[in-house]
Amino acid sequence: MSNSPGTSRTTRRAIHLAAHFPGVNNTTVWSAPPTPQAPQVSRPGSAGPTAERSATRQSAFGSQIDFSSFTHLARTAERGLFDFFFLAEGLRLREHQGRIHDLDVVGRPEAITVLSALAAVTEHLGLAATVNATFNEPYELARRLASLDHLSGGRAAWNVVTSSDAFTGENFRRGGFLDRADRYTRAAEFVAAARELWDSWPPGVERGRTGGATGSFAHHGQHFDIEGRFSVPRSPQGHPVVIQAGDSGEGREFAAATADVVFTRHGTLEAGREFYADVKGRLAAYGRRPDDLKIMPGVTFVLGDTAAEAQEKAAEIRRQQISPQTALLTLEQVWGVDLSRYDPDGPLPDIEPDYEAQLSQGRVRQADPRAIVASWRALAKEKGLSIRQTVIEATGRQSFIGTPEAVADELDTFVQTDAADGFILIPHLTPGGLDDFVKRVVPLLQERGSFRTRYTGSTLRAHLGLAQPLGEDTAA
Amino acid sequence: MPPLNRPLRLAVALDGGARYSASAFAERAQLAERGAFDFITLEDSLGQPAPGVGRLDALAVLASVAPATERIGLLPTVTTTHTEPFHLSASIATLDWVSRGRGGWIADVSTSEADARLIGRRPAAPIDELWHEAGEVVDVVTRLFDSWEDDAEIRDIATGRFIDRDKLHYVDFETATFSVRGPSIVPRPPQGHPVTAIDATAPHARQTAARYADVAFVRTQDPDTARAVRADLRERARAWGREPDRLIVLASLSVDLDASADAVALAELVAAWHTDGAADGFHFRPRDAERDLRLLVNGTVPVLQHRGLVRHFYPGATLREHLGLPRPTNRYALAREASAR
Repeated sequence: MSNSPGTSRTTRRAIHLAAHFPGVNNTTVWSAPPTPQAPQVSRPGSAGPTAERSATRQSAFGSQIDFSSFTHLARTAERGLFDFFFLAEGLRLREHQGRIHDLDVVGRPEAITVLSALAAVTEHLGLAATVNATFNEPYELARRLASLDHLSGGRAAWNVVTSSDAFTGENFRRGGFLDRADRYTRAAEFVAAARELWDSWPPGVERGRTGGATGSFAHHGQHFDIEGRFSVPRSPQGHPVVIQAGDSGEGREFAAATADVVFTRHGTLEAGREFYADVKGRLAAYGRRPDDLKIMPGVTFVLGDTAAEAQEKAAEIRRQQISPQTALLTLEQVWGVDLSRYDPDGPLPDIEPDYEAQLSQGRVRQADPRAIVASWRALAKEKGLSIRQTVIEATGRQSFIGTPEAVADELDTFVQTDAADGFILIPHLTPGGLDDFVKRVVPLLQERGSFRTRYTGSTLRAHLGLAQPLGEDTAA
Repeated sequence: MPPLNRPLRLAVALDGGARYSASAFAERAQLAERGAFDFITLEDSLGQPAPGVGRLDALAVLASVAPATERIGLLPTVTTTHTEPFHLSASIATLDWVSRGRGGWIADVSTSEADARLIGRRPAAPIDELWHEAGEVVDVVTRLFDSWEDDAEIRDIATGRFIDRDKLHYVDFETATFSVRGPSIVPRPPQGHPVTAIDATAPHARQTAARYADVAFVRTQDPDTARAVRADLRERARAWGREPDRLIVLASLSVDLDASADAVALAELVAAWHTDGAADGFHFRPRDAERDLRLLVNGTVPVLQHRGLVRHFYPGATLREHLGLPRPTNRYALAREASAR
């Protein structure tokens, strides 16, 4: 058991849950048989050839772009009393060997716009948009997020990400690129500027005309030199919730200084505890309490009636996620050379990798290709695995696999023993990937007293147990 | 003079009234939909509309209206001067996806030094330059819609391919002020191209409207002015190689109705304008959002319906269908097919 210093608990810690819309990478299975559809509200407006075509597609595969997929997943999350719904972002389609990557789900809506629409079909669910701080400007983004916060009655969140690559910059006026160090200073200044804008209207003056100076702001910094009058009155949350993803030292410090929620990738209990202690330990230096920042790892799960069945399902999903073509491509990313003449069902290539080459653009680079090559070769040799089997074995194992009881137990253990405050669940199917979790795991978490049985607040800040920012604003 | 059987287009502005409540916007939009208006508009600007007055992002507001309505078109104002064309294209395409083919936008520019200082990237520029750039933005936004062919998504299990990448296209668009490589992150929207509108009242905006817009507004209370601007726009559109009937010119009228009698009088007025060929239809801008919209829907529209000038319901599902505009073919698909021949 963990002994986190300075905490003694008489009640159980509340778990926070969020739903990640399935991503545009190979974890999202698109070749699976039809998923059961929740009853759709009859919409006379959806008649016509486009809707008919999309309805067919929807029932066959689950569209990654039709609005019905987003309403399905968001309503499922709200039925499960989740804290928020989460959308990722991509600003350039990924490429491999100079061509657009074609093996994974690709194409998605712009996040703030689709969340504005979802605000109209949900009541309590938080709505989190990933938006890049490198390829946006504080005034415009602060305005869009504050608008979402108004339209949703205080449910908006912003997942701040940074990017420095000239590859993505080719789509934008400002172009690439930023030094790695500048990415975080720009992001930090961006968030600070956005909060100055959100604070530029006093509370409660939405109605009617106010003084001409209302909304006045001036921010003169290293990255932004802006001034004028902000056009959106203070929104219900004051400040939309700020989420930050990034596990580096700089990322952790940025989170401790700035974020309300951290989206991490620490899958094991030990790694989770270490990260949790580290990041929570950095808060005091910024005058913040441990509860002011929620740590939520992104996790996957597979449920079965028995442990064996869950393991079988998990193995089958990994086979679907790693098609023969995806196996070869994954290998090429590590090897740095074209391997298209290799048989994915044959042995690993004995040729030497090119460790300097970068075949893929628009995705996170493999951390240490030498170590990966060595371990994959050892794994293949030890178990006699083909290329595809090796990639299946070595990558993408799901975080929680088991019966609903076992998964509920594991999730709860993470939270009760200081490895996480909750989870961002990443289903592998669109749009039905959370249905089982909500039906079978959520009630078990509720029985344990670790998860809410109804929404008690109306804003995302309330769901997360975060204070309104007002107090510190008036003090400043 | 247009033939009398030419349909009369009707649009109404949602501006005014409660500004920050999603449900108030949704109720106004539902009322307009009961009047079978082709579309609603919502103004926007980068800065405050007047000192001390706020407004929400118009595209976000109309995205929130989309699930609360079924047929009516949604046209927010979107500014092009200090914004990123790549983001705009994605947002407008998404509005079309969430509304299932009812999205569009009114392209506008930000002219003031005060607006420039909100973003801090470049100073204010002469208005003619800004409208020229706005045309380039409309162009690249539309190319990005086409950067995915409609059938690019194949989900071919045999080859493991989710998309046919030959049906995704770089736009490689470069101007003096920006460049965009593409393709879009958003698949081609349901309408192919969501509807583009431009307020062509000011002479500076007219060339851009004539070249790129599906719908142009002329703000006036005078039928001769409307007729003259319409003729000018059609002539310019023809010079750009466009079919002039593909540019719908709406007289944009400020309306201030005190009673049902006014609503009926307005119907007489617009019927006369339309008969005289002053406009292809009308965009009403209510002085009082709640009162005037109700009088338009309950008074003006029924008279026009009774005269057979406007329809009683929506026979189509998309905004392009309401407006009688075809779904555009994809320029890149055409080019690819031509080169394959």
